[in-house]
Amino acid sequence: MRKAFNFLKIPLVIGLICAPLIMVLDDNNEAGAFSNQIIQKGATGTDVIELQARLKHIGFYTGKVDGVFGWGTYWAVRNYQYEFGMDVDGLVGPEMKAKLNKTTKYDPGQGGESPEASEVNQSKPKDSNVQAKNVPSGYSQNDIKLLANAVYGEARGEPYEGQVAVAAVILNRVQSASFPNTVSGVIFEPRAFTAVSDGQIWLTPNEKAKEAVIDAINGWDPTGEALYYFNPNTATSGWIWTRPQIKQIGKHIFCE
Amino acid sequence: MIRSILIGVLAVGVAGTSYWGYKEHQEKNAVLINAENTYQRAFHDLNFHMDALEEKIGSTLAMNSRGSLSPALAEVWRLTSEAQNDVGQLPLTLMPFNKTEEFLTNIGSFSYRVAVRDLDENPLSDEEYETLKNLHSHSTDIKNELRKVQAMVIDHNLRWMDVELALASESQPQDNTIIDGFKTVDKQVEGYSEVNWGPEVTQLNTKKENLNKNIKGKKLNEEEAKQQVIDFLDLDSKAKIDITRTGDESKYRAYSLSIENEDKKSSTNLDVTQKGAKPIWILMDREIGEQKLSLNEAADKARAFLKEHDITNMTISESSQYDRMGVFTFVYQQDDVAIYPDAVHIKVALDNGDITGYESLEYLTNHHERQLDTPTLSRNEALEQVNPNVQVMDEGLGVIQNDLGEEVLCYEFMGTIENETYRIFINVENGREERVEKMDGTEMNYETA
Repeated sequence: MRKAFNFLKIPLVIGLICAPLIMVLDDNNEAGAFSNQIIQKGATGTDVIELQARLKHIGFYTGKVDGVFGWGTYWAVRNYQYEFGMDVDGLVGPEMKAKLNKTTKYDPGQGGESPEASEVNQSKPKDSNVQAKNVPSGYSQNDIKLLANAVYGEARGEPYEGQVAVAAVILNRVQSASFPNTVSGVIFEPRAFTAVSDGQIWLTPNEKAKEAVIDAINGWDPTGEALYYFNPNTATSGWIWTRPQIKQIGKHIFCE
Repeated sequence: MIRSILIGVLAVGVAGTSYWGYKEHQEKNAVLINAENTYQRAFHDLNFHMDALEEKIGSTLAMNSRGSLSPALAEVWRLTSEAQNDVGQLPLTLMPFNKTEEFLTNIGSFSYRVAVRDLDENPLSDEEYETLKNLHSHSTDIKNELRKVQAMVIDHNLRWMDVELALASESQPQDNTIIDGFKTVDKQVEGYSEVNWGPEVTQLNTKKENLNKNIKGKKLNEEEAKQQVIDFLDLDSKAKIDITRTGDESKYRAYSLSIENEDKKSSTNLDVTQKGAKPIWILMDREIGEQKLSLNEAADKARAFLKEHDITNMTISESSQYDRMGVFTFVYQQDDVAIYPDAVHIKVALDNGDITGYESLEYLTNHHERQLDTPTLSRNEALEQVNPNVQVMDEGLGVIQNDLGEEVLCYEFMGTIENETYRIFINVENGREERVEKMDGTEMNYETA
């Protein structure tokens, strides 16, 4: 990084004049050569952008340069490895990077090739060209946001485990025969969640709540497959006390 | 003079306030009526769909040919889903109506299974006919019961908003005609235990019940379990650990432990099985710093973690980076066959490589050495079953759970059609296409800000 700075002294002077534009260029120059990591499927970031752009340049990759090492990129890497007689393992290590540097061109200033990319650049200087995200299969980012809203509204004062637990209960209900079959159906079922009734669901959730939701979707269920939970201090329904209780996390009792 | 001005001002004030109050009242009423109407609509829709359901099931009883039976059962399936949707919109959540909802789900899956089956080859069995007859008489009962409630609602102008109020003030004994009506329905459904749903529907038992069954070893007491956890997590033997046991009525038999690590400003929570104190899940809560590790290095950390705890022959089947967190799915590998039901999930912090999460419920409930038969079909015969538009990129053998919940050995083909990737499982015995998945996992950002 230091070296790049020395080398780029002149551009930097110009950079002071039109700082925002150069900021973007500079940022990308750092990533202009791959970092040392071995890139594998599922990774995100500027290395992946470079990889995709390079593979696209010679026609191995046909998808979008979005900065997420997804299936399309994976097959492109494997085809490349096959064509150039390397071990076909889908991992981008030093050997493949060297080969890529030789066989392909990458103009980091360009980053992604689409005009949208530059729009994103302006709003977000860091990881600027990463235009996509990993999502657990079957769930969209909007589903995750909605879940995070519900978790934050219901359990923002709870320990992290308790937040994962609330998300897990919602997902258990989606799976259950006696509840609606969609995330929104479960969340907005009348009288199901107090945070929905009193509007607290519309508070802006924090990162913790989102992380809790992703953990729950990825399989973590601290509740032992609970379908209900209640706060023993405020519960109004007598019926809820008749359910077999599994455990208490924070202020909530979880039951079957 | 001043007095009359004051009186005038006050009069205007009073008039203004009452007008404002009247407006507020009107608006509140409008909102209430709106909410009430939404409930009414869902309720009357529910009645309509239950009527239609009863009629459709009834008519299937007289049908004989595949040509008419399959569409009729598909219609039954659709109607159950409509009815469930209606129930989901009514304020019945904290009220015993779940038996009825389950009943609807079961009718749905039963009729779906039969509807999609090749009835020419595999016609309706006598038991299934008997089941249909049972379903018809039960749905007639439910329909009649609901009709009664509906008639009362219409004749006496009963309001669903009152149901909400009655349910909210649980302290008094409930006296609400609608609630009583729905309770009667649910009571009735509870008695329908004799319905024979067939193997497809009844296998809905949950993972946690198998947990207790599948794990060998002796039941440990709290102190022994604590000791095991200290070993597993390499904790200081004096670490402060809270331990509780799950509820006696619950089928989930576990100890829950909570460990506060004050120096690292983090806490770790986990559940372990009561038999043998095997960790079911672990979650560590702490702030994650800047990313320093690549996903690949994190995968090595996850592998090392499994190896250290003698969970062997595991191979990565999925890896994803979520911000500064790497999440990996490992599956058990038996003689080059991927056993998908035996899965564990591991979460690695990308700042220092800590294992911040571990989840093994599926592994614990399913894992055992399997008797894997030699495939009857050859790889090429299986490939013939795959859609010719799919360009196969990778292949192998894998065990999955099929729709009936049975474990089946399959040829696994990974392939693409244009830019989409698919995973296709072909049964090694009979060439059935057991499962076809479109592999997602990446989504464009829709940033609106």
